[in-house]
Amino acid sequence: MKLLDQDLSFEALNGAVAAYAATADEAGLLAFCSAVKESGGRLVALWGCDERKRGQGFVLNVACGIEKGMAIVSLPLPATDPEYPDLSEIFPAANRLQRAVFDLLGIRARGGDPRPWLRHANWPADFFPLRRDCDASQRFPARNEDYAFVRVEGDGVHEIPVGPIHAGIIEPGHFRFSIVGEKVLRLEQRFGWTHKGIEKRFEQMSLADGYRLAGRVSGDSTVAYAWAYCQAAEALTSTQAPARALWLRALFLERERVANHLGDLGYLGNDAALSFGLSQFMRLKEDWQRLSGALFGHRLMMDAIVPGGVACDLSRDGGEQISSQCDAIEREVLILKNIYDEHAGLQDRFLTTGRLDPALAAELSVCGLVGRASSQAWDLRTQNPVAPYDQLETQIVTHRAGDVAARVAVRFEELIESLRLIRRIVSQLPQGERILPLAAPGADTGMGIGWVEGWRGDVLVALAADPEGNIRRCHCHDPSWLIWPALEHAIMGNIVPDFPLINKSFNLSYSGQDS
Amino acid sequence: MSTASSVLLQFLELITALIAAPLLTGWVNQCRAWLGNRSAPPLTQFYRQLAKLFEKEVVLAGNASSLFRAAPYIIFACMVLASTIVPTLSTDLPFGPAADAIALVGIFALARVFTALAGMDIGTAFGTLGARREMLIGFLAEPALLMVFFTTSLISQSTSLSTIVETLGQREFAIYPSLAFAGVAFTMVSLAENARIPVDNPTTHLELTMIHEAMILEYSGRHLALIEWAAALKLYAYSCLGLALFFPWGIPEGTGIFNLLVALPSLAFKLAIGGFLLAAIETVSAKLRIFRAPEFLGTAFILSVLAMLVHLLLEAPK
Repeated sequence: MKLLDQDLSFEALNGAVAAYAATADEAGLLAFCSAVKESGGRLVALWGCDERKRGQGFVLNVACGIEKGMAIVSLPLPATDPEYPDLSEIFPAANRLQRAVFDLLGIRARGGDPRPWLRHANWPADFFPLRRDCDASQRFPARNEDYAFVRVEGDGVHEIPVGPIHAGIIEPGHFRFSIVGEKVLRLEQRFGWTHKGIEKRFEQMSLADGYRLAGRVSGDSTVAYAWAYCQAAEALTSTQAPARALWLRALFLERERVANHLGDLGYLGNDAALSFGLSQFMRLKEDWQRLSGALFGHRLMMDAIVPGGVACDLSRDGGEQISSQCDAIEREVLILKNIYDEHAGLQDRFLTTGRLDPALAAELSVCGLVGRASSQAWDLRTQNPVAPYDQLETQIVTHRAGDVAARVAVRFEELIESLRLIRRIVSQLPQGERILPLAAPGADTGMGIGWVEGWRGDVLVALAADPEGNIRRCHCHDPSWLIWPALEHAIMGNIVPDFPLINKSFNLSYSGQDS
Repeated sequence: MSTASSVLLQFLELITALIAAPLLTGWVNQCRAWLGNRSAPPLTQFYRQLAKLFEKEVVLAGNASSLFRAAPYIIFACMVLASTIVPTLSTDLPFGPAADAIALVGIFALARVFTALAGMDIGTAFGTLGARREMLIGFLAEPALLMVFFTTSLISQSTSLSTIVETLGQREFAIYPSLAFAGVAFTMVSLAENARIPVDNPTTHLELTMIHEAMILEYSGRHLALIEWAAALKLYAYSCLGLALFFPWGIPEGTGIFNLLVALPSLAFKLAIGGFLLAAIETVSAKLRIFRAPEFLGTAFILSVLAMLVHLLLEAPK
């Protein structure tokens, strides 16, 4: 089949996700990407594979989000000196993804940004850890790095380096501000400090085990990752998880969303020095996570979703507890929302701060809740719903202003919507099995895709396995990849002391993008 | 004129300041915790903090100059001096004539200058950032504070704090519009000068938003203890100043044991109320965007000018 009138023949991939794959040459890839851009689509992910052991070269995969779902274009590359055209001309967000692909696999974007991204000076530039013939257990001496930050010149311009070690207990990331007075002229980010080589580790795991590692790519999105992984694994093995398991997965996912939104709303108040908000919202989040721990065995619901189904069931009594807690929390959240809305000092800090213009958000392929606060109406739960979302009638929440206030408003509204979804899931939960055994993958299965709208944005897992059920390649893509660059733009023209508030309103994952 | 008992009283006032200042900060923190639905640290938490810091070794940056090492002692000395010339237990203080209200503003300014210099001394981005912001706050807050003092000096025809407090304390109980304006202005200046919400946030860990904390990030050990203690003394001095100017009842003029028995409980009572009100203001306020601080302090300045005008036009003896 054809997508966007392009000369590529797409095939629908097996599995729950609306994903289509095609192989293309360089011209075909460029033309398709341009067509996606013109049709209002976006870049979702970009990753490479080493297929040399299977008698081929390397492969570059580009996943784009279009109206019908996800279109994945694969570009085969030669085994020696693999190069592909620079896609950041079309999708600026491809810049960091391309640099990461080079750092891990040695596939170069022709004419692209030559600076490393995930690789710091601690491993040599000609060492590509994700190549199949690379021994990742090698150790290299720790070295300090000379990274070419973009310098801003001018009268009175100076730099503030912040991180990677911060005063609070948060993840490591380096922010280089170029400022004049209090005004931020430019922000440049430098990440990669939490690169753990997760994708290399996957290659030593079996299909049935990988869900646990996937659930640890970014702890606050463990449910989204685990579900995406299981979708991909089930697609490869043509396993259909039972209906009850799918509904329970949606319950976990919405509970994860509520927990994170509650925490973020508290911290947003606290970053404007309204610590009252923090203690109130953290109290609600604590109650919420305790119930998750009591019912599903883990406060973050880690390992609750397993290939073939779910690891824990919900009793009638548990369902009633969830429903009544939703009612109680909704009541309190509405009161707190009123307090936030009516607090002049807080609104003064939120409104117009850190504006991400909708046009710029579209240009940068921004997804998730940050995107939705800037008119980017992408939400898999409404646009490409998998079961049970096809029966839940999720309401998408969008705002146009793109400032901190809009991101706060999206969180409040999504929180209320998720509470509604949770009550509905609990009341309509189908009976039946909660888990089915995972079948063995077929002879040559190709790619399995999982794509889940986590609380931060869409999480993608692309999976390939050999017939024995061992993982050949597993790529986990965090939505933060595409939203971090937008933060560099949202801060421009704002003042330095507003950065922590703006950063918190984005609340992106370091671990997920470094993985 | 100084008698042995007034010297003793002066000494007692110094000791009271050193002991009570950490308690006041501890009390404000307790109230903040309670008002925010959190369980509170003990009242003596600040003492433990100081004890811990005095035990710890001092870690100095390689390029720290002697100014960096001297600054904590200068700042601490400034705040000790400030707390001893504010009449708290008696107005008959031997140190009183040494510094009047205007000199007091100068003492605070001296401490500020050294804090800012020390912040810049190491050469980190945060220290300079904090110093710059502190100076922005300082140059706006000082004129407003001076205008408040001018108003009270006009009322009492003297810039000596003891005389001001005696005069104000002896007036019959009535609401004086000029003092009401001056009181509001003084409260706003105090919030800014003591790095409290809504101008600064003393509990934040976000370096980029800090003002006072950014300047002292590089301090450790006994240096940090002295600076923290000085900050507590500053809050205490400002609180006592506010109480002495606007609620002077209970500060005896004489020396004597009986006077002390009145003065101490009334001071503790007034400080407890004041600390609670400070915590209440901090709980219901968000921090201002930093460029709103000039508007905030500009308002304080206008109120203090209004106070003086009101006094000149309505209250001055014809």
